[in-house]
Amino acid sequence: MTGRGVWFWIGAALFIALAVALALVVRNEYVFFAGFVILQFIVLATAWNILGGYAGYVNFGTSAFFGIGVYTAIFLLKAFSAPLLVQIGVAAVVGAAMGLGIGLLTLRLRGIFFSIATVAITIIAETLIINWKFVGGATGVQMLRPPVTPPFDSYIKMLFVVLAILVVIAVALARYVQDSKLGRGLRAVRDDEVAAESCGVPTLNLKLVACAISGALMCAAGAPSAMYLQFADPVSAFNLNYSVSALAMSLIGGTSHWIGPVLGAILLGSTQQLLTVTISSEINVLVLGLMLVLFVVAAPEGIIGLVRRLWRRVGKGSP
Amino acid sequence: MFSLELLLDAVVLGVMVGCFYAAVSIGLSISFGLLDVPNVAHPALLVLASYGAWLLGDFDIDPIVAGFIMMPAFFLLGVMLYRTYHETFEKRGSDAGVRGLAFFFGIAFIIEVVIIMRFGVDQRTVQAFYIGKSIEILEVRIPMRMVAAFVVAILLSLALTLYLSKTFLGRAIRAVAQDEAALRLMGANPVAIKQWAFGIATAVVALAGALLIIVQPVEPTLDRAYIGRTFCVVVMAGLGSMSGTLVAGIILGVAETIVLTMFGASWAPAISFTLLLLVLGIRPQGLFGR
Repeated sequence: MTGRGVWFWIGAALFIALAVALALVVRNEYVFFAGFVILQFIVLATAWNILGGYAGYVNFGTSAFFGIGVYTAIFLLKAFSAPLLVQIGVAAVVGAAMGLGIGLLTLRLRGIFFSIATVAITIIAETLIINWKFVGGATGVQMLRPPVTPPFDSYIKMLFVVLAILVVIAVALARYVQDSKLGRGLRAVRDDEVAAESCGVPTLNLKLVACAISGALMCAAGAPSAMYLQFADPVSAFNLNYSVSALAMSLIGGTSHWIGPVLGAILLGSTQQLLTVTISSEINVLVLGLMLVLFVVAAPEGIIGLVRRLWRRVGKGSP
Repeated sequence: MFSLELLLDAVVLGVMVGCFYAAVSIGLSISFGLLDVPNVAHPALLVLASYGAWLLGDFDIDPIVAGFIMMPAFFLLGVMLYRTYHETFEKRGSDAGVRGLAFFFGIAFIIEVVIIMRFGVDQRTVQAFYIGKSIEILEVRIPMRMVAAFVVAILLSLALTLYLSKTFLGRAIRAVAQDEAALRLMGANPVAIKQWAFGIATAVVALAGALLIIVQPVEPTLDRAYIGRTFCVVVMAGLGSMSGTLVAGIILGVAETIVLTMFGASWAPAISFTLLLLVLGIRPQGLFGR
């Protein structure tokens, strides 16, 4: 393990320790309600970036994976009353399988065709769930939370810590992909797929692996949502807002490094929480859209690019 | 439960709905099919135009007339959109795909949310003398609103086909779609032509949006259903094929109405997307593709 790797894992351990400490100390439950959503967005944006950022395949179907994650959890709960960790684990497996399947179906398509195909899959998945009575159909389904396991004194705090662990897993995976042979191959795909293919890069396989990892993480992020809201319906579980959020957070943070989506998700996620509470939930979608357009037009490298430019200027300025 | 009579009903209505789908897709057929601009904001512009027709309806303006009134404004909007897209993405080259898509996706979201914030999420309808009545064709009852939309849709497709094949500028647009570099060597300015074409494509959306609110009540998030329908029609037609657009629209329309009568409305949204996936998987160049 290199020096940077050690620091990364120390940081990750500190992050989880902080989350646990918060859960044990802080009384106000609202902190965890808001924190849960922000952590969830970190996972979604990080997952999106593995395919969208590294390989340049714009996935509009984040909400398809998210929604399937939610409904996998509900199905397991209703059929076997499975515990939370099983729900998340199975959701991740389902997500990976779904990523592979969708990848095989759509990854031969380039650019906008892939993107539109992912929207298609979202709507088709939503329609299937709407017509599936066992999980509630169009009207949705209500669930009761099981009793909480100590040392936590409320379920929402436990969910918060679980999500914190999920964040670490997601970021570690993204970091691994970025530095590995896989990541270099994906970047070659993004820059020039035909050239990469002719140099012997197994482009389809790489894209499939990326799609499977990304899908597994998105589904895993969706699974705890069922217990978080104690209610789910197809329209909100497959809401396109998840797709636009994951995409916007990645692009605003910067897609070239794993820290980009994390920064973007923290920044936009907390702004959204603030705006939802103080003004309205419509305005936060508006802010998201405006920021997205502003960034892709004016700062294509995202926050990372801005920081790097600033860094260079400071470096040049000082003698 | 299912009879020949019902099938005939579905087919006749499906053809009419299909022509309407062709009309709402034809703008995209130009902007995406011919110009290769990833215009995912097209359905959102469509809904915007519907709200425009609804607002003008307050002044007792017929929705179709309102569509024509809005055309110049939408033309300018289209020119501005393309200008921004060209300056920020097409010129920069390499990474244009990802960011260009995100740009139009963002625009679509902004339009949607602004409509929600300004007019709320209620469904809106318009009034006109042909809305609410129905006539009988081939012993099938057809709502007059469908007939109105059908006639305008046919005329619109015809006019655009003629424009693209007979006029100088129309031919220039098709030339830019075929070989931009060659056009540049001839001394023409491909960017100016594309800008004009994108303006026309957006102006057509103004009229199509008016048809949309004639055919069905409009709400701010309706554009999501029409992402599937418009892209399905354009891709199935074969990119940039105007006559193909009409045929593909009719195929989608008939498929949707048949499924609607056989399985119920809750399956309808998935039809266009399933067809789209099928076309992409089996024949990605479309029915009339080059």
